[in-house]
Amino acid sequence: MIAQNIGFWIIAIVMIVAALRVVTTNNVVHAALWLVVVLAGAAAQYILLAAEFVAVTQVLVYIGAVMVLFLFGTMLTRARIGTESDLNNSYKKLGIPVGLVMFAAMSVALVSSFGDEKLPQTASVVSTQEISDQIFGPYLLPFWALSFVLLAAVVGAIVLARKD
Amino acid sequence: MKLFASESEVLAPLVSGWFLEHAWLIPVVPVIAFALIILFGKRLPMKGSELGVLSMLSSLVLAAGAGYQWIQRTNSATEEQFVEPVIKSWSWWRSGGFDFGIGQHIDGLSVLVLIVVAFISTLVQIYSLEYLRGDRRYTHFFAALTLFSGGMLAMVLADNMILFLLGWEVMGLCSFMLIGHWWEDDANSKAALKAFFTVRTGDAGLLVGITMLYFSANDWTQEHLGVSGFSIRGISAWALSGEPNSTVITISAVALFIACIGKSGQFPLHTWLPDAMAGPTPVSSLLHSSTMVVAGVYLVARLYPVFFVGLDILGSGGNLIMIIGAITIVISAALAFVQNDIKRVLAYSTVSQLGYMMLGLGAGAWLPAVFHIFTHAFFKACLFLGAGSISHSASHHSFDMKRDMGGLRKVMPITFITWVISTLALCGVFPFSGFFSKDEIIDNVGHNGYTNFMIIGLVGAFMTAAYMTRATYLTFFGEPRGASAGENSHDSHDSHDSHDAHATHDSHDSHDSPATHDSGGSHGPHESGLLITVPLMILSVLALSSGFLNATPFGESWERMKLWVEPRAVEVVGVTHSGGPGEALIITAPGAEESHSESVCGSATPESGICYAPQLKHAPFKWSKAILSMFIVFLGAALSWILSLLLFTKRDRRLVGLTQRVKVLGLGHKFLVNKYYLDVLYEKVIVRSIAYPIASAAYWFNQNILDGILHGLANSTKKLSGWVYRNIDQRVVDGTVNNSATFTKSVGTAAQPTQSGKVSQYGALLFSAAAVAALVLVIINT
Amino acid sequence: MFVNQFLFLAAVLFCIGVYGVVARKNAVLMLMSIELILNSVNINLLTFALRNGSTDGHVFALYIIAVAAAEVGVGLGLVLLVYRNKKTISVDDLSEMRG
Repeated sequence: MIAQNIGFWIIAIVMIVAALRVVTTNNVVHAALWLVVVLAGAAAQYILLAAEFVAVTQVLVYIGAVMVLFLFGTMLTRARIGTESDLNNSYKKLGIPVGLVMFAAMSVALVSSFGDEKLPQTASVVSTQEISDQIFGPYLLPFWALSFVLLAAVVGAIVLARKD
Repeated sequence: MKLFASESEVLAPLVSGWFLEHAWLIPVVPVIAFALIILFGKRLPMKGSELGVLSMLSSLVLAAGAGYQWIQRTNSATEEQFVEPVIKSWSWWRSGGFDFGIGQHIDGLSVLVLIVVAFISTLVQIYSLEYLRGDRRYTHFFAALTLFSGGMLAMVLADNMILFLLGWEVMGLCSFMLIGHWWEDDANSKAALKAFFTVRTGDAGLLVGITMLYFSANDWTQEHLGVSGFSIRGISAWALSGEPNSTVITISAVALFIACIGKSGQFPLHTWLPDAMAGPTPVSSLLHSSTMVVAGVYLVARLYPVFFVGLDILGSGGNLIMIIGAITIVISAALAFVQNDIKRVLAYSTVSQLGYMMLGLGAGAWLPAVFHIFTHAFFKACLFLGAGSISHSASHHSFDMKRDMGGLRKVMPITFITWVISTLALCGVFPFSGFFSKDEIIDNVGHNGYTNFMIIGLVGAFMTAAYMTRATYLTFFGEPRGASAGENSHDSHDSHDSHDAHATHDSHDSHDSPATHDSGGSHGPHESGLLITVPLMILSVLALSSGFLNATPFGESWERMKLWVEPRAVEVVGVTHSGGPGEALIITAPGAEESHSESVCGSATPESGICYAPQLKHAPFKWSKAILSMFIVFLGAALSWILSLLLFTKRDRRLVGLTQRVKVLGLGHKFLVNKYYLDVLYEKVIVRSIAYPIASAAYWFNQNILDGILHGLANSTKKLSGWVYRNIDQRVVDGTVNNSATFTKSVGTAAQPTQSGKVSQYGALLFSAAAVAALVLVIINT
Repeated sequence: MFVNQFLFLAAVLFCIGVYGVVARKNAVLMLMSIELILNSVNINLLTFALRNGSTDGHVFALYIIAVAAAEVGVGLGLVLLVYRNKKTISVDDLSEMRG
């Protein structure tokens, strides 16, 4: 348990620092790379939460596919590979209080509802079979809907990005 | 309990039949036909219209078969026996523990509406064969029309709220497609959008209501009936079980009723209905008689127990449904006086008649209201198709009564006679069908103790007679004017160009212009072809005779509807008749009354004490009351006739231009012509203020807004003092509207910086609003 | 391990993501901030799945990943289109919606 806790805190701090860099760095490519760190950290947290399959999917889909998309997007829009001073807009100042107020509201809510409740100690890892039983059982309909969403997204992305 | 057992042993077995068991086929046929028309329609010899007509015919046959077998079923029951509805249910889809069913719920109410819908749809489709001949989207028109009927049929026989919602929304979509059928015209597509959005406003209530009912009723229905909380039967029983929390059921009932207000064009969401006239006339006819607008009334009748308990129907002093219905009756009848467009007169009369249905339902007159759905469908469909016939064959696709009609009774005898019959039915003149339904509603409202509302109903009857007389006079009597006099104001009217040419001519008479004119070369007014007149004649015969199905004046044996649609009456101490909305009624046994004497249904089913319908009374028929209302109707008609004669034919100097000379009348006239400024309110004030909501939140302290408010206040004060000086003046209304416009404009101008079009700014405002809301929630909860 | 330590991590990530959406001008960076928000939601879902001993949270976490992939695909398609037409991806220059 202690090892897990130490792991959690190390990863959490790394994630928070990386996330802050994502939203503050002046280099688009760096931002993408910092995002990789956050996503990998999230995958690690999923494993701590006994969600193996989701963690693996996270690595495959996010770090594998989505990041490549981001880098391609950066490249195709010819953003300068290097420092750029003009990435933030004039509402930067508004963003800080908004974020802080939200965080304050959430903290109060979290502390008052969960206090020092602990996660179950003996949780076993959720197997892929269990998840598939859920997806192809009671949650089949959302799965179908999602398939349509993906299809529409694929078609839409092609239509949007096509040159004509 | 013993008594119950012995009682139920003597019950006769209920007969059923193929048509009743397979009633679910009724909506399935048109839906399949829709798919076929869309896919193959253009390649068929009649461009897909034959599929539409055939599918509606087969639906009609199925519905008629179901109706016949339902009558047999009620006849097979003993005098007091509860006639079980024929319910079939299958699992449609499951998701995350929720089971959504699909199925049929056949009882007197649904069979009645099914027959009406299938019948009117069939006639309208036949009529459209001629009316839309040569239209460029002929196939799509028939596809949409077929799906529209299919949606309504599915909604009517739905056994659960999910299927009900599906049919409801399919209808909403199809009404959008049909009203905007000639979307090249800007006015038409605007009207379609307006209809769609206004109805959608109400639909939010339906979703809220269904969800609330599901989560509050599900446990009870699963336990007692083994059905889900979506089941109509389950919800009805739950509502009357005394179980529901009164706040929950009241809010659900109000939410559902908001949906009915939107769909059935009740005040204050009635504004879309007259604009829906932009669609082709057959569509208006279908929309206004048996589908769409009836859906809202049907919802109230279907889930009557929910409304009964939730809104305290039969309680003292009236309830939401009655108040809305009464307001609707009067204001829409008043609006009908100032319309020059014949279809708009009919549209407002529909709104007003729907008000009667709502008033009846709200006052506990369930059966008369349902019967009014039935009779109204025939005569209103006939009136609309008659108007279409006039514009098609006599007035060059114009609907303007003052400019292009008049004196048509000689050239269009069939249209004239059918029109007159339907008008008499609409006014509720004695042997015609409207009398037996509308008068029953008014009578029952009074009988249940709502004298004020009865007076409103009588006023409505007076106004109905008056405006229909005015419309009839303008259309069929006097001298022919404009197009009907043979004047050829529009040169070309073959192909679709005539329609487009029309659009530029005048927005008022361009609502409807079918693509081709059947007569080819002949331009003078003449009688329409058989495809148009035959549906008219059939409908007028029904407008004349359908009332005799529930002719209360002739005694008990004539009240067939009560026998068939309302389940068997139960003899309960102190109450002469009990009946209830289509669901089930209740076998009483001695002893049951004691334990349930407090409950609204007054009795309970033998098995588990489940009650499906509230206790309702019927007013005994009295000739004295009928003669009084007849007198009022004749008074209205006579007064209006004399005024019309003086005003439109004799051009009496005392009357012509009266509205210009007398300020008070002019004010009222202007108020009516502008439709109570409701459109201004919705479009200029409400929509605009919703367009800037983030703005007002973020820049609340903005000096400009404060200035704007002060400015607006100063303006209104100024105008107010001006009003005191000049007494009642037209400018009151103008001033108010101008002021609200000025105010809105100043708010808008002040808020304009926030409408920068910059996404990140919108994001910032959105998230800050969310943050503030979250903070407020946290503070309230701790 | 406390329930709250995961929930707080998610809350921090969420707020950072919100800040990013508000403060960033570059469209690609805005999309990245949205990814942060989505991931924080996933952490919440999985935490509650573990706490309640159910697998529903896993199912929805997977669905969210799929939706996020679709969103990035379409979003970057849009960005490319905008870039092609306006030679910039600064969202501040896209103010056609000005009221």
